Amino acid sequence: MSRFKKNGKKKMGAISTASLPDIVFMLLFFFMVTTVMRETTLFVSVVTPKATEIKKLEKKSLVSYIYIGEPIKRLQASYGTSSRIQLNDAFATVDEIQEFIAAEREARDEKEIPYMTASIKADESVKMGIVTDVKQELRKANALKINYSTRKGTY
Amino acid sequence: MANNRRGLPEINAGSMADIAFLLLIFFLVTTTMDVDTGISRKLPPMPEEEQLEDDSQIKAKNIYVVLINANNQLLVEGELMDISQLKEGAKRFIDNNGLDPNLSDNPQKAIISLQNDRGTEYKTYIRVQNELAAAYNEIRNDISLKKYGKKYTNLNKVKQKEIRKMYPQKISEAEPKNIGGDS
Repeated sequence: MSRFKKNGKKKMGAISTASLPDIVFMLLFFFMVTTVMRETTLFVSVVTPKATEIKKLEKKSLVSYIYIGEPIKRLQASYGTSSRIQLNDAFATVDEIQEFIAAEREARDEKEIPYMTASIKADESVKMGIVTDVKQELRKANALKINYSTRKGTY
Repeated sequence: MANNRRGLPEINAGSMADIAFLLLIFFLVTTTMDVDTGISRKLPPMPEEEQLEDDSQIKAKNIYVVLINANNQLLVEGELMDISQLKEGAKRFIDNNGLDPNLSDNPQKAIISLQNDRGTEYKTYIRVQNELAAAYNEIRNDISLKKYGKKYTNLNKVKQKEIRKMYPQKISEAEPKNIGGDS
């Protein structure tokens, strides 16, 4: 018993935090490896619809994104609330899509062009009118591989 | 001082963790980890000008017409249908093999024609696409389970192709009409 008392009286030594940086660095490297840099700042709010029959999008470097949705809250004062298209870092009109696809092709290797995919990231509340216009433009630009971006989930 | 006696003073590594945390938070904020998923489709090429669309050769019974209006309602083969029944309806149509004279002759000839209004919500459109894809996937799964005792996704490429040939996914999208009005 007396032995226990002695132990209790002893002050707890400070926990060594010397390995804390190592742990954090490990986390850091993990995130650096598993994630991708966000390329564009979204000006439109996009909540993609849910679907069950989804496929993973392979080869992210060959994917061109087309965002469609309402402008974000901050920009609604100047741009209104009607659905808009965003390409790269700016709002765009339907006519600019062909140009965009051409520029995307220019940036890739010639061999990779047939594998390029256009991913339509549209908000679930947008009307099909604008999506159809985008699809027509993609057809004109001969970018026929498309992907409707969706989340996994059931109704 | 006690330190001086030992030669070099120890560098204080206490702030190292803070620096690392800072970097960590920076990467957490600027990067995305979400895997992009979606429904892949292939658009038909733009029709050549001299090329006239020739739909007359396809028998009407081999086409499963799905119309979506601006109020997100479905008209399937001339009848109002709830979206939850679409998958079963499409499966019955595809895998008919001439049983019902009003449905497809065989799966190779079966075409699903999808037409939507400009006012249709994207969400509904995706859901319809999803249901149709699900119908095909379920049929392919059933046949591959029957033939090979394996799920379609677990089959090798050659067998998958074979099954795809038996049940080709033909979803044709007509040019959209503007009936309900663009909003």
